[in-house]
Amino acid sequence: MYSLTVENLGKRFGARKVFSKIDFELHSGDSIAIVGSNGSGKSTLLKVILSLLVPSKGKVEYKNETELLTDDNFRDYVSFVSPYLNLYDHLTAEENLTFFATVSGFNVTGKEINNLLAKVGLEGRGVDFVMGYSSGMKQRLKYAVALLKKPEFLFLDEPTSNLDDAGKKIVFDIVEEYRKETVILIATNEKEEYELAKSIVRLT
Amino acid sequence: MPKASSGLLSRSLAVYFKDLRLELRTKSGLNAIMMFGVTTLAVVSFALGQSGLSPKVLSALFWIIMFFSAMSGLAQTFIREEETGTSLILNLTAEPNSIYIGKLLFNLTLLITMTTIITPMFFVFTDASTDNILPFLVVLGLGVFGLVAATTLVAAIISKASVKGALFAVVSFPILMVLLMVLVGATEKIFDNESLSAVSSELQFLIAYVVVMTTISLLLFKFVWRE
Amino acid sequence: MWYKLVLFVLMSIMIYFSFALPAPQQQIGESSRIFYYHIPQAWICVIAFAMSMFYSIMYLRKKEIKYDDKAAIAAKLGFIFCVLATVTGAMFAKVTWGMYWNWDPRQTSIFILLLIYGAYFALRGAIEVEEKKAALSAVYSIFAFVTVPFLIFIVPRMVPSLHPNDSIISEDLKFNIEGAISLVFFSALALFTVVYIWLFNIGVRVQLLMRKQLEEEDF
Repeated sequence: MYSLTVENLGKRFGARKVFSKIDFELHSGDSIAIVGSNGSGKSTLLKVILSLLVPSKGKVEYKNETELLTDDNFRDYVSFVSPYLNLYDHLTAEENLTFFATVSGFNVTGKEINNLLAKVGLEGRGVDFVMGYSSGMKQRLKYAVALLKKPEFLFLDEPTSNLDDAGKKIVFDIVEEYRKETVILIATNEKEEYELAKSIVRLT
Repeated sequence: MPKASSGLLSRSLAVYFKDLRLELRTKSGLNAIMMFGVTTLAVVSFALGQSGLSPKVLSALFWIIMFFSAMSGLAQTFIREEETGTSLILNLTAEPNSIYIGKLLFNLTLLITMTTIITPMFFVFTDASTDNILPFLVVLGLGVFGLVAATTLVAAIISKASVKGALFAVVSFPILMVLLMVLVGATEKIFDNESLSAVSSELQFLIAYVVVMTTISLLLFKFVWRE
Repeated sequence: MWYKLVLFVLMSIMIYFSFALPAPQQQIGESSRIFYYHIPQAWICVIAFAMSMFYSIMYLRKKEIKYDDKAAIAAKLGFIFCVLATVTGAMFAKVTWGMYWNWDPRQTSIFILLLIYGAYFALRGAIEVEEKKAALSAVYSIFAFVTVPFLIFIVPRMVPSLHPNDSIISEDLKFNIEGAISLVFFSALALFTVVYIWLFNIGVRVQLLMRKQLEEEDF
């Protein structure tokens, strides 16, 4: 059982307030959607939760069964998919996957890579450079990278952006597969996406 | 579930080989650094003539060329991560130490490659000569290590700044000045055909400098990377 | 309030005696009086640098923006005193050795300190986001500080020093630091330090007010 606690979280850039007083607690099997209009701070909130930005107020805590996860090791349990996440254009899809696996500290076999690529509908495209991918294919490959490890926390920022109907189906299947055992956080404005989550946080 | 099944070395090497592969496919760093070295060398050579330069002038020129070539290319590996927007996913997947070590090895490879091409050219263009090939190579090697050890952290800092421009050279120079003074002094003695024992205190300095700068960089790198 | 009055009175007395007493060094003559001002300035320059480094470490440990403010203020003051020490030192060098600049080890050291401060401000100017600015400049100032021991221990051994300040610590005193001269010198050192602390506190309070104003606007 893993959990994520967000307590009285606030962030501002200089004099501009982005959001404040965000509170929630999620355990494995919980899912939450963060909704709000463009510029309401959804992505910023995700970045603060991912410890990519320092909060101006409040705190974020990751826990496993027994103890707090430190700022150094919580990343081993978190996967993140977002339109502003970029993969290496000059590497092939397979090279990208192998690199991200090795650099996170585990080995991955060719068979596992093929399975992952098949899962996101990119079978047979593993040897192509990411440079030549369409934006929808890149988005699919990001899901393959996210699922390299079995994440305990799955954070999705605009999960279906750039995806066609088949791609959306793949994302919904993945969320369905993981929702029982994983903490899932979705930042979105699409109705069908936030209905995937059990609860909703609205940013204004 | 056990996550970190492989150690720091293999993770650092993953970063290193990834960067090497990107470099071989795009050649952005090496081209810049080589052309800068050759250009500076050519300017020096035709401005000063080919012969009759004193050891003092030669060693100063040599390290000026090395300094500016290093400044032109060693920030590239970090800046590329920012420009392609890949630093975010690297930040989320890789641990800072492995990134630092991987990038350090990559910069070392880059500068060694450049040095092995530029140094013979320097001897040809300036008609410099020395009987002390081995001592020269020792000082040169330590100098290359020193340059890379001191500038890799600075390169990481610069890549996060919004205005990069000439900042890398400006910010690196105060840190490199001591190193360059010692290197110029030691190389001058070697061009003067003095033996390795004549530069022993310089060698001690160089080793201490490399060790201290690398250690401190390792300690500080995560504060640069995870912000 | 009272300590500023005391400071004013004592400073006036110190300045009076720095000119009224016989010159501290006979050979150099009247110009040697500059040492009452030059050495305290160099001293403040080093103190400010150390303080800036201390607050940088504190920032990285605590991630509280007030430490970054203090590091930056100490660096600003240090830079001013560094410039003053360099200028007075160059004037002193002209009188003593006949040239303003000759890469004497101490001149080299203070030049590198100036460069470090300059690079520190250039770096701060190039980073927009506040937390980034704080963390990156803190890392830089710590990293740069590590090279200072190399300077102090290695450079003087490699280049012979012409600096008269050696005489303060060495046996064959060129400067006669004793009696009334020593009293004036050490009180100059103390008074300059108090001036520095005063300036530092003003800087911190100004920053604090600016932050307060920001805080009131939101949250």
